[in-house]
Amino acid sequence: MKRSTLSQGIGFTFLYLSMIIALISVGAILFFITKNGIKIISWEFLTGVPRRAMTQGGIAPALVGTFYLIIGAILFALPFGVAGAVFLTEYSPNSVVVNIIRMSINNLAGVPSVVFGLFGLSIFVRFFGFGVSILSGSLTLGIMILPGIISASQEALIAVPQSMREASLALGATQWQTIRKIVIPSALSGIFTGVILSVGRAAGETAPILFTAATFYTRGFPDSIFSEVMALPYHIYALMTEGTHPEEQTLIAYGSALVLLLLVLMISGLAIYLRQRQRRYKLA
Amino acid sequence: MHNNIRMRAENVDFYYSEKKTLHQITLPIYKNKVTSIIGPSGCGKSTFIRLLNRMNDLIPNTRLEGRIFLDDQNIYEPDVDVVNIRRKVGMVFQKPNPFPKSIYDNLSYGLKINGANDKHFIEDRVITSLQEAALWDEVKDRLSENALKLSGGQQQRLCIARCLSVQPEVILFDEPCASLDPISTRCIEELIEKLKENYTIVIVTHNMQQAARVSDYTAFFYIGKLIEFDITEKIFTVPKDKRTEEYVTGKFG
Repeated sequence: MKRSTLSQGIGFTFLYLSMIIALISVGAILFFITKNGIKIISWEFLTGVPRRAMTQGGIAPALVGTFYLIIGAILFALPFGVAGAVFLTEYSPNSVVVNIIRMSINNLAGVPSVVFGLFGLSIFVRFFGFGVSILSGSLTLGIMILPGIISASQEALIAVPQSMREASLALGATQWQTIRKIVIPSALSGIFTGVILSVGRAAGETAPILFTAATFYTRGFPDSIFSEVMALPYHIYALMTEGTHPEEQTLIAYGSALVLLLLVLMISGLAIYLRQRQRRYKLA
Repeated sequence: MHNNIRMRAENVDFYYSEKKTLHQITLPIYKNKVTSIIGPSGCGKSTFIRLLNRMNDLIPNTRLEGRIFLDDQNIYEPDVDVVNIRRKVGMVFQKPNPFPKSIYDNLSYGLKINGANDKHFIEDRVITSLQEAALWDEVKDRLSENALKLSGGQQQRLCIARCLSVQPEVILFDEPCASLDPISTRCIEELIEKLKENYTIVIVTHNMQQAARVSDYTAFFYIGKLIEFDITEKIFTVPKDKRTEEYVTGKFG
């Protein structure tokens, strides 16, 4: 065999193996979580509250808590993220200051989530006095997903052809009218894709809500944004580390993990669907 | 200013960062006439036409010296409202660039951003503009369809209609047929012929036959300089400059 053919063979084998490893990892996670969690999933599990020192009952408060935290995080991060992206792509001159801002945002994306948790604790919980609450947790998660939303929005905005801006400006539109009525609407599905991927991340994170929002157990559902809440990722963590009845609790933890996994998968699925729709739209 | 002159460039120099791309351009644009700008690629003709409605403001690190008048107003004075200039000096671009919206919304957009809110008025203007752009018969039954579904030639006529909707006084065409087939090109040329009754028109074109067919005046640009400006017929039959002659007879291009 020729040397070049051999080296190509080795290369392809390596690529193939990498793909197999990735597939096996994902498959194994799905398989074990589903295998262990499916037994406990029922309508009652999804809609009931935990009972008997969390050895029985459902996970509804945690599901609802995660839902509230996500909504809060989006309400905070979406307007500021999009506005920031608009500023960076449409208004800001290419100066040193702007480059520093861009770099900071990119670095923010790499900060470990527990650091955001500590930040939220010191700023929102203590300094602003929001306490351990939905509000503090949402704001903390919001700041965590902000860089993702900014960069996704920036990409979507940059993808809007310059000719659209020119067409609008040439009709006598102001820059603000052009951004509001032409550029942002054209970028919307790209922005939403970014938002939804961020939601997936916010839904799954434990560390940022550990000190800011989550609690081990609540009697029922939260009654205001200043209530502390149960949340799925923290619920799993608590069940596995703080319980007194490991067998029953492990089962519930698997069930919760499966629900969380499905939730994130559904959210990502929606993102993929929206992105497809955007591509189709561009071909039209 | 001579009252047949609608716009006038005076000693215009233009720079992309430090590179000077236009040198001392002085050129009149006559009222209700078609002025074409011809010249080989990279001669600065597109750059020049984009100066007439301050489109080049969008490109960072560019600089203009000299003056460009619309009637008696230097449009590069610091206190000039650029939005107002662009309202009066409309533009049709090289590639058709309809908004990804319905045909109707493409046309109502310019009216709405300029403050129109009377439904009947908007509808009227939409219809009139489409008729003026010779597109009405083809789209009257599908105004709510996405404009991107139209053919390239139809899209370009839609862009012309969109430009007409806000009733500009001067219309700039930047190689409007560059991406169109011969039949669509013919259609747009006939349109330009008709439009000059009501509008002052400047057209940049690569195509010398096109310039000869549609324009009353022709300016020949070469490497950032205005070599010759005259009545179209003279440029094509008795050019004064040797370079113009070589260009219009196809010796280089």
